[in-house]
Amino acid sequence: MSGGLDLDWGKAIDALPFLLEGLVWTIIIAVFGLLFGFLIGLAAGMAKTSKKLWLRGTASFYIEIVRGTPILVQAIWLYFGFNQLLMGMFHFRVGEIYAGIIVIAINAGAYIAEIVRGSIQSIDKGQVEAGRSLGMCERQTFFHIVWPQAFKRMIPPLGNQFIISLKDTSLLTAISVGELLRHGQEVVANSFNAFEIYTLVALLYLSLTLVISRVLRVVERRLSVH
Amino acid sequence: MIIQVENLHKQYGELEVLKGIDCTVDDSEVLCIIGPSGSGKSTLLRCMNLLESVTSGRVVVNGHDLTDPATNINQVRSEVGMVFQRFHLFPHKTVLENITLAPTVVRRAERKAAEEQARALLEKVGLTDKADVYPSKLSGGQMQRVAIARALAMNPKIMLFDEPTSALDPELVGEVLQVMKDLAREGMTMVVVTHEMGFAREVGDRVLFMDQGVIMEEGTPDQLFGSPSNERTQAFLEKVW
Repeated sequence: MSGGLDLDWGKAIDALPFLLEGLVWTIIIAVFGLLFGFLIGLAAGMAKTSKKLWLRGTASFYIEIVRGTPILVQAIWLYFGFNQLLMGMFHFRVGEIYAGIIVIAINAGAYIAEIVRGSIQSIDKGQVEAGRSLGMCERQTFFHIVWPQAFKRMIPPLGNQFIISLKDTSLLTAISVGELLRHGQEVVANSFNAFEIYTLVALLYLSLTLVISRVLRVVERRLSVH
Repeated sequence: MIIQVENLHKQYGELEVLKGIDCTVDDSEVLCIIGPSGSGKSTLLRCMNLLESVTSGRVVVNGHDLTDPATNINQVRSEVGMVFQRFHLFPHKTVLENITLAPTVVRRAERKAAEEQARALLEKVGLTDKADVYPSKLSGGQMQRVAIARALAMNPKIMLFDEPTSALDPELVGEVLQVMKDLAREGMTMVVVTHEMGFAREVGDRVLFMDQGVIMEEGTPDQLFGSPSNERTQAFLEKVW
């Protein structure tokens, strides 16, 4: 190697099983975080299109707080701050994996809520009028006419959010969640091959997001037959 | 009398769009409503199935008082078909599914029976070969004919048309008007807001001329088009005729 740099990719390969273990946790946290995040986002997004003011208000409050604070602060607040409170009151704390899932879910939920709201409101009012004029009630009109069209419009921004949330799991290293980046840091602390290890870590994240993009493109194409 | 409108007022905030409308529609009658844009004719039509809420007055349709909160509006609407200027077909459903949706969901019709009926309606509007196509593959005239078939699938007693040909290219207007003429000949009660003076004259039993939220003149097509008595009617007809 020129420049006196001694790259040792062998060590990086040796560390691969440990990194893959971190990757599995990254996937687990992302999948559960996004699953709950989607449910939260669905509820909050529907609430934002509700006629009831208190529902709209509650949803807006949640969304504003989550969007207005950094996710790293949310994670640290929950894991160190809120846990201290819980400990004092109930002698109980949320473990780091659960805390990670909760943070991803609450954070993604706020952004997904806006995606859900935007998609529902983007459907032409005439569609609702057509449904209602045929004698369908509000609920029937929503489930048969508005939702299927809105859902299709949600797919691209949802995919985007999935990728963002997946990458956000790396911030959970700050609350000592044993995900991919954390495992990388641990390897580096022992072997000092920072360049090789972090390159590998980045490539592993990249391969995950590429898989998601690919899957989403297929889903989109399937849904856009008409 | 299948529709009865009494002293109907409609206000959007300060703006009064309908200023005390009285009119009736008889069974099997074709009533055409004409007038300049902004005259309130579409609003009046939309009050007849409560797509527009009523500020004051009474609207009785098919024996149901729409202004009575106890009236089941979904029930009333299922008996009153509506055709929109911009079709509003459901883009995620095929032509056949567009037509069968309401009968299966609202009336809980058997899928097979609903499809059979839908195919019969498609034959009636001349689109038998388009059953399994999505709306985006249709021309405007074809879309509007599907929209008419969709409304007819609920076996309505009344059909409301809100400028059904205004969004169409000129060469496609005829095919839609023909379907409407056939319907009128079969005895369907129809209320048609339209700019097609030829249609109003030929098919209408009675014509209303509206301007600035009031009915200025009403009469048979021959009276209204032949010898309009109101100044504004004369001025309007001179411009469009």
